[in-house]
Amino acid sequence: MTPLMLSPEDVRILVRLHGGLPLSDRPFAEVGAELGLEEDALIERLRALLAQGVLTRFGPLFQIERAGGRFVLAALAVPEARYEQVTALVNSLPEVAHNYRREHALNMWFVVAAESPEKTRAALDRIEALTDLPVFAFPKEREFFVELKLPLDHLREEPPDGA
Amino acid sequence: MALDDFDRELIAATQGGLPLVARPYEAVGAMLGVPGERVRERLAEMLASGLVRRIGAVPNHYRLGYTANGMSVWDVDDAQVDALGARVGALTFVSHCYRRPRHAPAWPYNLFAMLHGRSREEVERQACEIATLLGAACAGHEILYSTAILKKTGLRLPET
Repeated sequence: MTPLMLSPEDVRILVRLHGGLPLSDRPFAEVGAELGLEEDALIERLRALLAQGVLTRFGPLFQIERAGGRFVLAALAVPEARYEQVTALVNSLPEVAHNYRREHALNMWFVVAAESPEKTRAALDRIEALTDLPVFAFPKEREFFVELKLPLDHLREEPPDGA
Repeated sequence: MALDDFDRELIAATQGGLPLVARPYEAVGAMLGVPGERVRERLAEMLASGLVRRIGAVPNHYRLGYTANGMSVWDVDDAQVDALGARVGALTFVSHCYRRPRHAPAWPYNLFAMLHGRSREEVERQACEIATLLGAACAGHEILYSTAILKKTGLRLPET
């Protein structure tokens, strides 16, 4: 997929709205005023960025662990011949949020999310039972930093004079 | 923060995204049969408690050209991993950094750092920087590249 070139305006919108959408009645009017954009124009840009796939979504990012819920990263070593079948089994659980194929002996990595540690454990047990493969669980013991810090500058179109 | 039925409905209604309309909270309230005010108040409390990390744009790394995504994993001395993990997590190219359990002997790694680059070469350079930072405290590392997204639904609160 060709990386998109974002306009300087889009970059400003993404940087401003990485978080901090105001909890006011008309949040886009408020942010638009900061950015020098009309409310409608800002909403329109966000819709376009979503439609282009630059954004996967726009809204609150929940951290259900703060409500007692739990995410656990887990991995399986799946024999190649069974990869498709095991993918379907693992993905069939609603608790499985993300699942990635990775190049390693542990070649399937997924995140199980549930409302309580017990439910998370039950989902992992169910995956073991369904797939007949041992699940390697990697619960986080400590989080050092979680923040999207992607430098967006390279996505700006080069000014014609190279300045 | 304990969740009540309203919270569950609010999460279910918004975890896929807010309606992109002039009064998004009012629109969510209309879906749930409450005033927008109630939605805003509860989201404010959720933000304060950390249940909501932030409200805003969730970018797609791939679409922005960050097509090389490597999970770098490090075998770091237990006595030093917390201090070093904090420094690794602060690097600009690391999006997530966690200490996780080892599964010896198959899995000796206890520090995970997600790396994002526009090429594998860029990710390798980032890993070199981490290796330098960890120095002798690190006994080995690997980078696991993702080669396919098998499922990505966003982190859903399962129906209960």
